[in-house]
Amino acid sequence: MRKSSNPKEVRDRAVLEIIGKVDKVIGPVVHAREIDRARMLDLVEVGEDHLVGEIVKLDGERAVIQVYEDTTGLAPGTDIYSAGVPLSVDLGPGLIGTIYDGIQRPLEVIRDTSGQYIQKGIHVSSLDKEKKWGFTPVMETGVDVSGGETVGTVQETELILHRILVPPEVAGKITWVAGAGEYTVEDVVAKVEDGSGEEVEIRMSQKWPVRRGRPSTARKPLSIPLISGQRVIDTLFPVAKGGTVVVPGGFGTGKTMIQHALSKWSDADLIVYIGCGERGNEMTDVLIEFPKLIDPRTKRPLMERTIMIANTSNMPVAAREASIYTGITIAEYYRDQGYHVAIMADSTSRWAEALRELSGRMEEMPADEGYPAYLPTRLAEFYERAGMVQTLGGADGSITIIGSVSPPGGDFSEPVTQHSKRFVRCTWALDRQLANARHYPAISWVDSYSEYIDEISGWWQENSGGEWVELRRRIMDLLQQESKLQQVVKLVGPDVLPDTQRIILETCTMFKNAFLQQNSFDQIDMYCVPEKQVKMLQIILEFYDQGLESIKKGATIHQLKRMEVVSDIMRMKFAVANDEIEKIDELRDKLTRSMERIAEMFE
Amino acid sequence: MTEKNLAEGREYIGISQVSGPLIAVRGIHNVGYNELAEVIDSKGNVRLGMILESSEKAAVIQVFEGTTGLSIPETKVRFKGEPLSFSVSGEIMGRVFNGLGQPIDGGPPPRAEKTMDVNGLPINPTAREYPRKFIQTGISAIDGMNTLVRGQKLPVFSGTGLPHNRLVAQITRQAKIIGEETSFAVVFAAMGIKHDVAQYFIRNFEESGVLEKVVLFLNLADDPSVERLVTPRTALTAAEYLAFDMNMHVLVILTDMTNYCESLREISTIREEIPSRKGYPGYLYSDLSLIYERAGMIRGVEGSITQMPILTMPNDDISHPVPDLSGYITEGQIVLERQLDQRNIYPPIAGLPSLSRLMKDGIGEGMTREDHAHVASQLFAAYSHVKDVRALAAVIGEEELTPLDKIYVEFGEKFEREFLSQGEYENRSIFETLDIGWKVISHLPKEELYRISEEELSKYYGK
Repeated sequence: MRKSSNPKEVRDRAVLEIIGKVDKVIGPVVHAREIDRARMLDLVEVGEDHLVGEIVKLDGERAVIQVYEDTTGLAPGTDIYSAGVPLSVDLGPGLIGTIYDGIQRPLEVIRDTSGQYIQKGIHVSSLDKEKKWGFTPVMETGVDVSGGETVGTVQETELILHRILVPPEVAGKITWVAGAGEYTVEDVVAKVEDGSGEEVEIRMSQKWPVRRGRPSTARKPLSIPLISGQRVIDTLFPVAKGGTVVVPGGFGTGKTMIQHALSKWSDADLIVYIGCGERGNEMTDVLIEFPKLIDPRTKRPLMERTIMIANTSNMPVAAREASIYTGITIAEYYRDQGYHVAIMADSTSRWAEALRELSGRMEEMPADEGYPAYLPTRLAEFYERAGMVQTLGGADGSITIIGSVSPPGGDFSEPVTQHSKRFVRCTWALDRQLANARHYPAISWVDSYSEYIDEISGWWQENSGGEWVELRRRIMDLLQQESKLQQVVKLVGPDVLPDTQRIILETCTMFKNAFLQQNSFDQIDMYCVPEKQVKMLQIILEFYDQGLESIKKGATIHQLKRMEVVSDIMRMKFAVANDEIEKIDELRDKLTRSMERIAEMFE
Repeated sequence: MTEKNLAEGREYIGISQVSGPLIAVRGIHNVGYNELAEVIDSKGNVRLGMILESSEKAAVIQVFEGTTGLSIPETKVRFKGEPLSFSVSGEIMGRVFNGLGQPIDGGPPPRAEKTMDVNGLPINPTAREYPRKFIQTGISAIDGMNTLVRGQKLPVFSGTGLPHNRLVAQITRQAKIIGEETSFAVVFAAMGIKHDVAQYFIRNFEESGVLEKVVLFLNLADDPSVERLVTPRTALTAAEYLAFDMNMHVLVILTDMTNYCESLREISTIREEIPSRKGYPGYLYSDLSLIYERAGMIRGVEGSITQMPILTMPNDDISHPVPDLSGYITEGQIVLERQLDQRNIYPPIAGLPSLSRLMKDGIGEGMTREDHAHVASQLFAAYSHVKDVRALAAVIGEEELTPLDKIYVEFGEKFEREFLSQGEYENRSIFETLDIGWKVISHLPKEELYRISEEELSKYYGK
């Protein structure tokens, strides 16, 4: 019903009814009067242009509406329409590879209807209603089904087998299933007779209100890491599939770079990238780059597992508020099909600011820094939609949320950072000093933490020959000692330290430059397999162990630094490809030989 | 005809309230939000205003030219039924306008080919072209380490008394794309700057012979501050027309964004809105993004808009809301540093806090030179170490530094004197810039240059 750019002519008007009139317009907030038959959070269309909005407050015959489009020219006295349904997303084949705005309008279709600029009052359908998809039934007539079970499948992309699910609240006996064939998203592919004897049609696509989480059977414990190929993350501050991470950092510290790197290289089945109030060019970058990039595991273009929500900073602020919910609801839909989904929310601060702006215009009482008092509640609701679950259909599925935060002035004591940290279990704190030295990713090893270490160490132990936990503990320990020593160095210079302590400084410098720092534009270094990470860490600790031995025998720190193998270690991240990591073993032999030669001089 | 159409052009006599630049009108009917109104005083002079709040019974209007001399019973208000617009055509080039887009150079209004809403519309991200074309500014600190590309928005974060005007003037003189002759234009929007600063820019445009390619929008320090709020919008409307309708490459200079934000705060306070940081309204980020995001390139269209906003950081504080929120929207920032300026280094571009986000895609083989990325990265790393060493030297004395750190101190000095520093009329090619970069970095021992590949070292080190 939503196909035309001129809503008045073609759209089915029967379902839209006039529910009130505009009383007052203040930016994106519209006050309405003579409201009748409206429910909280109902979707409405406002004024002659049919601007999309949502009812956020009801008071007798008055209501407050937040409008998702620019309200310039909207005049009091014009009508408000509603179909009596809440803001919902369309879920079905065709989501993957699409870029949507905050209220799930495909931006490419908008471009085709209205050109290079986003005009107001455009109504387009979220999924392509003409396109036919190859449907294969997996259920038979007569079978008892309940919500979340798969009735059939559609190969959506090479990577994703889309499972057409029985909607969560439906249960009963299948009375009819469509045969294998080509169907559109609106076609009925199965019919179910529910307990009351009523027949429910199951279509290729379904709707779900964005502000309500999709149900699952049970929460499951987290145990598998989300491998990102980024060494500082995987080795030092890993996140589990189903976990939550917050990435706070001032401007220019590389939040977006980390989000991009994770959406490129993390081993999730599907990525939902929410560009929330950020730059237009960044979304364009993803749009241009992802179809060209090949996933290292599946060898398919990354676009085949990516869904994008773009509500850039200059797009209407209320839609920015909605974009986060649109994204997570889509993610839940794929989770329910048994996939591991990762959500990049960049940036949650812009979302919080949208809340603040709307709250201010509604003249609500402000709490911290003008943010509404319900900010922590909203943040908690969002992050709690992450997790590893047993789906209604019985499979395992997960949602991992990686939310960036843009604290004003890079000050982490501000409300959004502080409240977010209360509801997540992993923080990658970005450090201004590291970013200034172009040490990327600028994740601070002092301020960051991960609470998932214990849960996922089993996986790592299995995949690292049982050494990971110990290696990680040792390097963290050295970093701790180093930061204490640095305080001394800052006062008196490194020369006064004994060489047994300077080797700690040298090892940590090596670790920072050769390991933590990772170049996301280098063909080899952009992605580092777990096995290579373990070997790299081993050789660095080997340098420390053997170096300390040599120093105890009488060698000096300068002799150790001048070894040729040191610059080989510094360059191994670029020089050793992911499929030839045995070269690091050769480097280890070389290191041992060099150390032996130094030791010989003192025997 | 709808009710709204009837309201258009209707005139109301008498207003109900005047408060600063805002007036309230009662007893009106159906006036659109954000639309234009004409406010006519008792002598018949017409001022323009914009509807900030519109309800069934009253409207709040912000009057651009100020409310001086308006009386409650005698003021007339006429609603135009459309938002503020600017009439554009190729003839706007070489002309001078006020913030509302009215000519103030004594000439007649330029022919109107098209009338555009100054508020603009968001560019669809799927219609954008990703900027990746290197602009050579001839300034080493920018070209070498914070490369500007066509379609980028790269602000200059400055402080009072720092030479940001000279720097931007130098960029407008020298900026070019290597091996390309194209039609270009400059759109210059002055917001609350002093007369002599505006004169400086105009003289500079004259000297370099580009004045007929420049569109000037002047809202000087003594002009009404409310008009400042539309000045960048009018200017960007002109830029969008020149870039996307006339296929020109447009450089937009917005100076000074801090003054713009001050005006925004002024209006917000009068409207009794809930303030966020330092009294600025909570929507400052959204508002700034509506300006900064009007830059870039569009797929299938020849032209482009490159933005260079200038803002002065109050008290040189980069965490002040104006530079802070700007930095979150723009694609990097050129930061000027007072210490360098005091040591007589021009341009005083701070090595570390400056950044160009689009640099990565605009440099390298085929665009600048294959070693560019690594050299820049190494310079950043080394210079960052210099800062640490200097801090240490300040405590323990330079004599006590290790031999390697002493070399770093010398490198730092060379970097600042030879690489950063250059003449105001010195136009260095990117290859000269990179060669100077190699010259200063070769002062460090080879094994310190861990961000540069072996091949590049053997090709350029010490040469």
